[in-house]
Amino acid sequence: MKKPLLEVKNLKINFKTYAGLVQAVRGVDFTLYEGETLAIVGESGSGKSVTSNAIMKLIPQPPGIYADGHILFEGKDLIPLSDKEMSKIRGNEIAMIFQDPMTALNPTIRVGKQIMEVILKHKKVSKHEAQERAIELLRQVGIPMPEKRFNQFPHEFSGGMRQRVVIAIALAADPKLLIADEPTTALDVTIQAQILELLKELQKKRKTSIIFITHDLGVVANVADRVAVMYAGQIVEYGTVNDIFYNPKHPYTWGLLGSMPDLNNKSDEKLYAIPGSPPDLTNPPIGDAFAPRNKYALAIDFEKEPPMFKVSDTHYAKTWLLHEYAPKIDVPEPIVRRMERYKKEAELGE
Amino acid sequence: MNSNHKLLEVKNLSQYFGSPSNPIKAVDGISFHIFEGETLGLVGESGSGKSTTGRSIIGLYDITGGEVIFKGKNIHQVKSKKEQKQLKREMQMIFQDPYASLNPRMTAGEIISEGFDIHGMYRNKNERQAKIISLLEAVGLNREHMTRYPHEFSGGQRQRIGIARALSLDPSFIIADEPISALDVSIQAQVVNLLKELQEERNLTYLFIAHDLSMVKYISDRIAVMYRGKIVELGDADEIYHHPIHPYTKSLLSAVPLPDPILERKRKRIPYVHEETPDTAKMHEPLPNHFVYGTDEQVNKWIKQAKL
Repeated sequence: MKKPLLEVKNLKINFKTYAGLVQAVRGVDFTLYEGETLAIVGESGSGKSVTSNAIMKLIPQPPGIYADGHILFEGKDLIPLSDKEMSKIRGNEIAMIFQDPMTALNPTIRVGKQIMEVILKHKKVSKHEAQERAIELLRQVGIPMPEKRFNQFPHEFSGGMRQRVVIAIALAADPKLLIADEPTTALDVTIQAQILELLKELQKKRKTSIIFITHDLGVVANVADRVAVMYAGQIVEYGTVNDIFYNPKHPYTWGLLGSMPDLNNKSDEKLYAIPGSPPDLTNPPIGDAFAPRNKYALAIDFEKEPPMFKVSDTHYAKTWLLHEYAPKIDVPEPIVRRMERYKKEAELGE
Repeated sequence: MNSNHKLLEVKNLSQYFGSPSNPIKAVDGISFHIFEGETLGLVGESGSGKSTTGRSIIGLYDITGGEVIFKGKNIHQVKSKKEQKQLKREMQMIFQDPYASLNPRMTAGEIISEGFDIHGMYRNKNERQAKIISLLEAVGLNREHMTRYPHEFSGGQRQRIGIARALSLDPSFIIADEPISALDVSIQAQVVNLLKELQEERNLTYLFIAHDLSMVKYISDRIAVMYRGKIVELGDADEIYHHPIHPYTKSLLSAVPLPDPILERKRKRIPYVHEETPDTAKMHEPLPNHFVYGTDEQVNKWIKQAKL
């Protein structure tokens, strides 16, 4: 049986603002097992980045408030830890890759030194050994001529190469958990594909667990073992990558899948867009937060928040549509059509 | 929808930046045309010159060389103020960043109607009001939004205001420079659907610049692929996607992640190795309306590889 590395339980995070209390994360539960990749998908404001920053304890307090919940890393709750205790975990056992490789690196320090910093802080090694390890890391992340590149500054690297450096820094202390927050969003598709390949390869070698935060479902399909879909500060559906892409149950997941054209969409079919915009979390709606944008919403959606319904052992969704008394609603046609098309292509490819 | 009337013709357009002795060739001698009522998608990675192309066409830069012919007139040679104004009414732009492209001190109504003052249109107050409201409604907003400021809108709504502003002078041609890249996935589909509806209603012609290949494929009739300041391949959207010839196009397409896990596990990325194109390189037309840039030998080699 797989061992859980990280368990997030009923996590609630609020922010005090002039406009009122923003409930950015409203009770998030998930488990991450050793060596797996969990993708968290959602649009901006859904709470996916706040959740990941919370795991790293990077939420500034104030204005942030850890209102409730636990973050158990190898069984130990991170929330009550002091800054000092946390700094032994951060960068060492849990590391993070950020979206923008330019702002994540210090422009005035040579990249080699930035990698060495992490090694020297967390590992008992000599400077010389740290340097050797840093060069080896640069080689592992696919940077040509690592001895020479070691002494260069971030501005001497291209965007994709910079992101490789950021990955090298994140891996420097051999973390058990890697949080990648939109690591490829700022990159061109060809570079994105390279970085995704690199992450998967490194994960295979090192058995690192990865939380991958993104809004791009194509990227999710590429990297994830399991997927959690977030909306308005909550996980509304989670399951294996196949559950989410081939048997989606939540109308929001349908919307996300439908609003993305693929290379086969006929240009005369309309995209399946989700109307409206996400709710204001200073004042979260009563009932199901997605109800006002959901054309399948039931009367109860506006009164009572749905619980997580079990679809299968691996697959859960938070929608009243799964209740036994709910009317039977099928997956919208455009998504079904696409899945059939893919099935055909997959068979053709065999 | 497609007529054979060329609305815009770009001939050998060059746009260099920096010192004349060692220029950066952002756009290096490209030629294409756009038919009336069609959408031409312009794709390429960052730095390929796709945004510069759009900005040069609309006259935001003084072009280094070449011609831009719009409705039969060379737009960089139009001298009279009156004709220049007329051209500007016909050609409008939608920008990428819905936050930076709207003046925070103006209401939505003022933003949309600014062009009316410049062009002396709708001087009658009631008429003007009615036009603003009809524009707001055309983009899915309503009259209440007229007096609000940009910060009161969401990203998707702001982009709608940007679209309403672009439509305010009843243009025939719109350059959309990454109009959806800054928006959330669920909002992207709304805006793309809106752009398509407006095109049908108003017979608009689009130059749609983007790096998101699946969206470009969806919205475009034809696609031009840019690489290092040159158009390397141009053709019907389906043709480009299903039968790419240039190795760069192939590589670009092979890198697009698809929302399908089974296909993703099988997908093999084709790396692109840069090939120098000597001066003898030119546009070839190996298939009807499908253009590829390269030397004779290169193009022959690629066609063999593509098994056409």
